[in-house]
Amino acid sequence: MFEQRYAILREDYANAGKASSAIKSALKQLGIAPDILRRIAVACYEAEINLIIHSYGGEILMNIDEENSKVILSFNDTGPGIPDMEKALTPGFSTASATAREFGFGAGMGLPNIKRVSDEFDVVSSSEGTHLKIGFYV
Amino acid sequence: MKLAELEKILDITVVNMADDCEFDVAFATDLMSDALHLIQDNSDKTLLITGLCNAQSVRTADMLDLKTILYVRGKTLQEEDLQLAKSLNLNILSTKLTMYEVCGQLYEKGLKPVS
Repeated sequence: MFEQRYAILREDYANAGKASSAIKSALKQLGIAPDILRRIAVACYEAEINLIIHSYGGEILMNIDEENSKVILSFNDTGPGIPDMEKALTPGFSTASATAREFGFGAGMGLPNIKRVSDEFDVVSSSEGTHLKIGFYV
Repeated sequence: MKLAELEKILDITVVNMADDCEFDVAFATDLMSDALHLIQDNSDKTLLITGLCNAQSVRTADMLDLKTILYVRGKTLQEEDLQLAKSLNLNILSTKLTMYEVCGQLYEKGLKPVS
């Protein structure tokens, strides 16, 4: 099992997407098919942006489970949590700030999009933090 | 539609030419989540038309394996973001036309929307 961690800081718009680019590059070198790689990149980027926009900061953890031919991405933050998960999973619902919208985000498609492109999707959230885990069969 | 044809239809400036390209479809938005949601198959032949002229449109193009971004309303990338686009081998185009004008003219010439 290969593992890599990437720290994500709150409202660090200047570096938004760097971790996702690094993850995509690393997985590309492993020879993952382009269509699967694109789905992984889209989900990872959306989730990274969510960490920057909505959380106090956290980390992305990439695991490659070679035995099961699976890429697992975990996004963990330290709060403040998602107050209404049902609404957060509804396309078009957004609580993004004006700054986030200036950067092109806040369409309310983040979590629904992540769920749509991933093979496995699990999210739990409390005021202590949000833990999103997504898997892709490669 | 080839890039040369696009140049004939629109008054565009080629800011960075990384690779010659051809477009089957186009998608216009300033919201990158919409692009990430709606651009799927055939993404390397999709033209992204946007007024969001910053690193996030470049990153979005990278995630989606797009080859070309056309910035509208006369916008140009800042040097740091342009260097990022160059490092990712993206074609960067710019036009003074509005998004509405660009979409109208390209649609009229047969460039299809994403399905």
